[in-house]
Amino acid sequence: MGTLNTSRNLAAPDDVYDLLIHAHEGKTKAESDAFNARLILILMNHVGDRDAIAEALALAEV
Amino acid sequence: MTFQDRYTLAYKTYPYEKSPDQDLPAPVRHPVVIVGGGPIGMALALDLGLKGVGVLVLDDHEGIGMGSRAVCYAKRTLEIADRLGCAGPMVEKGVVWSLGKVFHRNEKIYEFNLLPEEGHKMPAFINLQQPYLEMNILDRVHAARAEGAPIQVRGKNRVDAVADKGDHVEITVMTPDGQYTVQADYLVACDGANSGVRAMLGMSFEGEVFKDSFLIADVRMKADFPTERWFWFDPPSGSGASQLLHKQPDDVWRIDFQIGWGANRTEELKEANVRRRVAQMIGEDVEFDLVWSSIYTFQCKRMAEFHRGRVIFAGDAAHQVSPFGARGANSGLQDTDNLAWKLKLILDGTAPAEPLLKSYDAERIHGADENIRNSTRATDFITPKSEISALFRDAVLTLAAKHDFARPLVNSGRLSVPCTYDGSPLNGPDTLADGPERTRPGSPCPDVPLEGGYLLDRLGDARGAQFQILAIDTEAPARFTAHGLDCDVMRLSAADSEMLRARYLGAAPGAVYLIRPDQHVAARWAGWDESAVAAALGRAIGKEG
Ligand SMILES: Cc1cc2nc3c(=O)[nH]c(=O)nc-3n(C[C@H](O)[C@H](O)[C@H](O)COP(=O)(O)OP(=O)(O)OC[C@H]3O[C@@H](n4cnc5c(N)ncnc54)[C@H](O)[C@@H]3O)c2cc1C
Repeated sequence: MGTLNTSRNLAAPDDVYDLLIHAHEGKTKAESDAFNARLILILMNHVGDRDAIAEALALAEV
Repeated sequence: MTFQDRYTLAYKTYPYEKSPDQDLPAPVRHPVVIVGGGPIGMALALDLGLKGVGVLVLDDHEGIGMGSRAVCYAKRTLEIADRLGCAGPMVEKGVVWSLGKVFHRNEKIYEFNLLPEEGHKMPAFINLQQPYLEMNILDRVHAARAEGAPIQVRGKNRVDAVADKGDHVEITVMTPDGQYTVQADYLVACDGANSGVRAMLGMSFEGEVFKDSFLIADVRMKADFPTERWFWFDPPSGSGASQLLHKQPDDVWRIDFQIGWGANRTEELKEANVRRRVAQMIGEDVEFDLVWSSIYTFQCKRMAEFHRGRVIFAGDAAHQVSPFGARGANSGLQDTDNLAWKLKLILDGTAPAEPLLKSYDAERIHGADENIRNSTRATDFITPKSEISALFRDAVLTLAAKHDFARPLVNSGRLSVPCTYDGSPLNGPDTLADGPERTRPGSPCPDVPLEGGYLLDRLGDARGAQFQILAIDTEAPARFTAHGLDCDVMRLSAADSEMLRARYLGAAPGAVYLIRPDQHVAARWAGWDESAVAAALGRAIGKEG
């Protein structure tokens, strides 16, 4: 355990959050859902670590 | 009593003949009786017969079934066939393809070239119609029998009842001349997915039934057509979740159409309808003959235990998988590979029965679960079960069209790779520091080219149940005997073989491997240690641990 970085890691959190919300502007619900799915896959590949992804999935359960 | 064939024969290879057993007052005892002469039953009979174990195959038909079911055989299957002496004609006849194309709806999203690892005698896989595979095994059975292998095959001998009597099994057989009884020390049920023996013993067969059906068509092209594998997700015809096309020998292409659970069988099988689907896929202007077509459904199931007492199950009788990834016959042959030497040692009195049979259960259940997991994952990708699953699947395909990194996620069936028996009760120690992962105990030995041939030509035993010791760049005696087994020692040097080093040594300067008759690694060490090797050999035949 402990592969996933859960400490504060974004230098400009407002910027990044804004990027995410802006990316969805003008999209229908279906388009946004598909976009999110692609985004998750892209980020998952970037992470590249099975254990970190498993931890992230567990964390997302809230 | 009349016999109703359940399927048409491609080749009538073992016509019914009355056996002298049928007229004897007392039942004849055979060391091993195999129920079912499909590819698995015949391969097992061949393996046992070559080892000198008397074996009788009973099949309720008189030869090889018509129609090609299995198409794709993986390297491990060919290696097993090679150990038994029948891979040559398969590889010669089989088709090897390397270019694959993946389509989504109307467009081709990418293509890939399989680049198989070098240094193996056998190709990564071949495509070959199942009747050819069965014919090749059977030809080898006939040749082995001519050389004295004690194999008998009886057609139109239907097993109607089986009773385990504790020290033998009693088998009631129906023939065109009426009923008779035979006895066996061990009975192996290779009677297919609807195994009657399994039902007779009331043993469970559980898992998932997929609510889907497939129309398969073998077509012969009248003109050149590329030797490629095409896989369609959501084909444009809109009538089904997937389509697959790949080449077989004789200019025949196999096409699978996934047509859904509710499909009307009679309608779909009408020649005009099959032709319409095929034309939609390969192009209206391509001329072809329809060789064979059929509809099937599938399930992913396995028995909770693969043997009970003296009755053992192998092949589809023990486990059934979806066709994605071509695992049915491939895994069945690994069952026979695993079982034959164990039965030989048990019948010779060299090894204790129950621990070795339990290890067959453990190792092959591990294999069946791996196959079921793989084919279930492919099925879930091809036919997503929920809205969100479909969303991710489409996201993968959309990304894969543009980006290479997403392509490994595309799952249209994974090629069957041999099972590594991690955690097997037969595995001994692994004290080769930094030894390669792929040759850890439980692994099937990967091939390596050697002076004048290949490593696998020299490993494993078709004629007995010999264990071998492989000593690479380290001291070892010329022979080794323990537990009533005489092991020969093969000494090799990795000095001029990078492949041998990479596959068997890793960073280590030398290694000693104990290798089972089925070419799986039992244990490995950095150097020779007589008592450790003796202990590992005992463990590998179920004697201790
Ligand atoms: C469409 C399709 C495609 C496939 N593709 C592949 C592939 O590409 N690769 C792969 O590895 N696998 C594939 N498979 C699976 C493969 O065909 C099977 O796994 C394989 O045939 C199983 O062999 P078996 O010997 O266990 O059983 P079977 O081939 O079913 O043989 C059982 C035998 O037992 C006999 N029998 C049954 N009951 C009795 C009785 N009471 N008494 C005497 N005899 C009896 C039957 O007549 C038969 O001869 C495919 C299957 C299908 C349907």
